[in-house]
Formats: sequence, structure tokens, C-alpha cells
Amino acid sequence: MSESSTENPLPRNAASWAQPVERMTVGDVPSEAINLNVAGRRPMSPLQGFGQLWQKTYRIEFTDAAVSPETLIKEWKTHFPEFWPSGNRFYGSVSGVAPGDVVVLNVAGPGGMTLSTGIRVIYADDESFSFMTPEGHMFAGMITFSSYDEKDHTVAQVQALIRANDPVYEMSFRMGFGHKAEDAFWYQTLNNLASHFETSGSISQRNVLVDKKVQWSEVKNVWQNAAIRTVLYMPVHLVKRLFGKA
Amino acid sequence: MNNQLTATVRPINSQASIIDVQGDITAQSEDLLMEAYNTSSQNGTEAIILNFEGLDYMNSSGIGLLVTMLIRVQRQKQRLLAYGLTEHYRQIFELTRLNEAIGIYDDEVAARAAI
Repeated sequence: MSESSTENPLPRNAASWAQPVERMTVGDVPSEAINLNVAGRRPMSPLQGFGQLWQKTYRIEFTDAAVSPETLIKEWKTHFPEFWPSGNRFYGSVSGVAPGDVVVLNVAGPGGMTLSTGIRVIYADDESFSFMTPEGHMFAGMITFSSYDEKDHTVAQVQALIRANDPVYEMSFRMGFGHKAEDAFWYQTLNNLASHFETSGSISQRNVLVDKKVQWSEVKNVWQNAAIRTVLYMPVHLVKRLFGKA
Repeated sequence: MNNQLTATVRPINSQASIIDVQGDITAQSEDLLMEAYNTSSQNGTEAIILNFEGLDYMNSSGIGLLVTMLIRVQRQKQRLLAYGLTEHYRQIFELTRLNEAIGIYDDEVAARAAI
């Protein structure tokens, strides 16, 4: 059904939204990437996850950088992988973050293991951009990156609205190390972002437990657990690399 | 141009209310939207209908607010319905899979009939 331009004009940010997809598709990725658990997966909102629903907000207020929120977001989108903590890889488009992009992630896990998962960019404009996660990711939900002025300081913010995707991941959160790893990841990312603008700032964090109940109807999500599937696939991946077929 | 959000509560009966949304839904809309939900949710409300005919703009933070509202509705054992979404916003609801949890109807008559 198409829009009538006179009766239903498109909003000013229509082009900032991705088109809906039933399942994610992955383009070309570098040969060294572990490309698993993304192609063919359904996007997951917080409504489809298993664990408690958290809204976690990480903010850094730049102390002395004269950078506008629009410039910050533009740089963040263009250089997004460079701000990630070392050991984590973001195999996205070289042109930056755009609506509809599907990205393969190789995330550093405990004990030196690598977890292969991904994200899809659902929204990107001059002030913010947002990702949704696929089945099997540690979280079901959305993460929004934004920047704004506050009391003459530029603030960069990461806000995650997420549930652990399945009981295995939820256990890691209840035991503390899941949250700890998540917090450390975004603290490092925001510090790297500040360094890019040759400044620094203090990071604040606010956690809101939006829904303390788990969703037992989604316990079946464990079947898609990307951490387990990556570990099981690793011998195959290593053999392929050995014979140059990765 | 930013259009400030208004969210007006219109009771249908003792069990259902409509929230008429006008303007932009962004991160700054949280207090207003939750206040409208609290007002509409008093005295045994079982269903809340969101009227999006006046929606001008919504970004991804706005979708996050709707998710949060939906969770509160579900925990109160209520239903959340919506009407007045243009094709563009229906696609956003599909993109974010909100359409799997919020009943979407073409107009107020259809939404009321679904209660």
C-alpha cells in the first residue's frame, strides 16, 4: 500500500528508518571473520527476549571539546568499529552506519573465546542511530546511540533496552559477570570516543529494571544461543582456515 | 520543525480509554506519555487504545517508550491497542516487532469493537 502524498505525507525522518525484514541477510565479510548466527536470524526486540528487561543508560559529558552533537554522531557512525574495545570486531560497511545495514560481530568472550553474532541498523539520523539484535545474541533488544547538548556541554549516550535472550545468558547476568562485561564494554567505547575528539569526561550510568519478570514462553530461544553455537562450530572454522576455505 | 507532544486521555467507559497522541514522540516524551498512561489506567481499566492519527514524527527512542508502556500494560494484565497509523508507522511497528504485541486497527470504530 503506497502513501498518498497529500493525505499521508511522510514524516521528516522517514528515510532514517530501515525497512522491515523477516530475517537478516549478510553481505560480504572479510575472510578472517567468523560469520555465524546472523544470516537467516529474525530480529529480536525486547518483547521477544527471555530475561528481565533492563534499560541501561551510559553517558559521557565532554569536559572541553568544542564538538556539536551532529558532528559527534557523524564521526561515531563513520568510525564506529574503531571505538570498540580491543578484541572485539564489527564487520560493517566501510561507508559507516546506515539504516538496514546488517553487521557481523565477533565479540571477545570469557577465556579467550570469540562469540559470533550481529546486529541490524534500524534507525540512523543526524542525532542518533539504533541497532536491533538477532536471535541468539546475548540480548534481545535495541541499543540507541545519541548525542545532545546539556548545559553547554556535549553529551554522548548509549542506551540499551534489553532482555537476556535465553536462560543461559540470563544466568550470566544474575551472577553479575554479564552486566559487568556489558558495562565495561560501553565505558571503554565512550572513553575511546572521547579520545577521538582529544578530550575526556566522566561516565555516568543509570540502570532501570523495567520488568523484573522473565518470559518463560521464550525459553526456547536457547536453541539459537550464539555463544554455544560458536563454540560448537569453532573446530570446523579452524579446519576451514587451515585449508584456506574460511 | 519539532512538534511538541500532547497526549489527551479520553475515557470510553469504565474499562477502556483512548489516548489521543499529537506531535512528536521522542525521548523527551517519556514523562508526558507515562502520565497519560497513568491517568488512563485508573479504576480498573482493561484496555488502552492509542490514537496515532495526530502523530507527526517518531524516532527510535520513541519506539523504546512504547515498548516500556507496553510492558507496564502487560504487567497490569491490560491490553494495548492502536489505530491511526499510516503505512510508514505500520512498517516501523513491523520492523520493531511491536505489531506482534499491540493490536493495530484501521480506525477508532474497529479498535473499540476489538475491546
